[in-house]
Amino acid sequence: MMVFRLVALALVVLVAAYAADQGRDLAFRIHGLIILLVAGVLFLWELRRSDAPAPVHALSDYKDDVVRAGVIATAFWGMAGLAVGVLIAFQLAFPALNFDWGAPFTNFGRLRPLHTSAVIFAFGGNALLAASFYIVQRTSRVRLFGGNLVWFVFWGYQLFIVLAATGYLLGATQSKEYAEPEWYIDIWLTIVWVCYLIVFLGTILRRKERHIYVANWFFLAFIITIAMLHVVNNLAVPVSIWGSKSVQLFSGVQDAMTQWWYGHNAVGFFLTAGFLGMMYYFVPKQANRPVYSYKLSIVHFWALIFLYIWAGPHHLHYTALPDWASTLGMVFSVVLWMPSWAGMMNGLMTLNGAWDKIRTDPIIRFLVASLAFYGMATFEGPMMSIRAVNSLSHYTDWTVGHVHSGALGWNGMIIFAMVYFLTPRLWNRGSMYSNAAMNWHFWLAMIGIVLYAASMWVSGIMEGLMWREVDDQGFLVNSFADTVSAKFPMYVVRGLGGVLYLGGAALMCWNMWMTIRGYQPVTQKVATMTPPAGATAAPAATPAE
Amino acid sequence: METYSFLRAFADSWFLIAMFTFFLGACAFAFWPTLRGAREDAAGIPLRDDAPGCAKNCAACACKTDFLEGPHNG
Repeated sequence: MMVFRLVALALVVLVAAYAADQGRDLAFRIHGLIILLVAGVLFLWELRRSDAPAPVHALSDYKDDVVRAGVIATAFWGMAGLAVGVLIAFQLAFPALNFDWGAPFTNFGRLRPLHTSAVIFAFGGNALLAASFYIVQRTSRVRLFGGNLVWFVFWGYQLFIVLAATGYLLGATQSKEYAEPEWYIDIWLTIVWVCYLIVFLGTILRRKERHIYVANWFFLAFIITIAMLHVVNNLAVPVSIWGSKSVQLFSGVQDAMTQWWYGHNAVGFFLTAGFLGMMYYFVPKQANRPVYSYKLSIVHFWALIFLYIWAGPHHLHYTALPDWASTLGMVFSVVLWMPSWAGMMNGLMTLNGAWDKIRTDPIIRFLVASLAFYGMATFEGPMMSIRAVNSLSHYTDWTVGHVHSGALGWNGMIIFAMVYFLTPRLWNRGSMYSNAAMNWHFWLAMIGIVLYAASMWVSGIMEGLMWREVDDQGFLVNSFADTVSAKFPMYVVRGLGGVLYLGGAALMCWNMWMTIRGYQPVTQKVATMTPPAGATAAPAATPAE
Repeated sequence: METYSFLRAFADSWFLIAMFTFFLGACAFAFWPTLRGAREDAAGIPLRDDAPGCAKNCAACACKTDFLEGPHNG
């Protein structure tokens, strides 16, 4: 097995060296270099540990090292993704920030997919990896299946992120929103994802619990559906095996429909089903109460699965897509409101009888805020999918605001709760280093989201109204550039909201660092007045005769 | 076009019925009275001890308890 791995790695090094030298474009050649480097280091590492005995683990010994790595990766990519987000927000307000010296690599057009992929797939994806590996072991009461395969999943996913991110900056993109990586990166992610499914499903199949806990149902739906969406949406033929450019299999409106079937279900299964899996574990665990209604969780799981998959066409109102298809998408989006709120209510009602913990427990506060934003975003979404509302909101900043109230509010807040929940447990510390920093983080994030969402509502609705404004002769009143200059103040406010949110996340990283390194908060005894020497035996202290 | 028409007709008739029946079955399963115990057992999974081997809350097994663990609250 060892020899086989070494030979395979050596072959990868050779092919990557050829690709780095002969690649048809810059992105492909640099990716060849990255793969050459990774495979070379792995070859040496394999060789050096070739005589080390294979460790034996009991089934009851949870594999938490990969969860620790996942939590750290979550924090790292979170900071990277949010920082790029703040930069591109200010690039929209101040175009001079598209630096001449960095062009074209640091232009808005290349940084924007870097931001979306970094926050969704790197920040959110690593949180999902860490949470799913932690939760499936504890709710199945067994060690992760597949030994070191889980490490391949973790590092393989990081390599996918690095290849995707560098590809965007170097101009390799297939121009599909949230599916920008080119063909060879897509193939790599497919391999990694199948291994993820093997690890997760294998763990469930050898579980010691009789039932599969509902969180695992959500994780399983997330893993399987993302695999299906990813494969279908990325069906493409490479122009050359030694180049990054590829051509989509579908064209025209079929391609658009496939893309938004993928795009909306990336929201539905990556950012919703997977995160509901986190919710169904962390909320009961932190509130120390079983979930409010297990019946509701089953009904809401199947309803969500059956409805979400049809909602995609609402991204294509007033396009070449047939009316019946966009009406179908609209109707299913509106119906989807109900299972979404069922999930929110199930989470919130779990706190019944423990509401006081919102005041005292920062983790509960993050979880409640997260569920509240989930409820708001899943009301706003169905409303915006209605054709008449969409005619005002589509292509405006309202959409951007909606996405961010879901992403910063629902996904971000629950990830922060997860980090604060897992960090002390994974590193065997009593609690986070600083409670005050957690509270500061909470309020910075909340104010940041409010500034973001409010400014984007104002900006988006203003934009939509300006675009459709006609004078009494039937001519359009505003040019496109008029709307751009009118949005300037809102862009600045949005950027400031992002700065606050980023600041909160930075506080979290500091808090994690201090907790993991094992620092203890410095406390000093409160100075008390020493009584005079003669009065040590106060009358009250003398025992009664 | 034949394939399209066939699949289209199949999708909005038999397959729609099949999916809807599956969904109703899942709902019936969720509310099935005799499965109450199973539901309660499943709902309690995260609240049992973190350490494996403690699934039945036995007093004898050496379970690691952490600072947030408490008695099972219904």
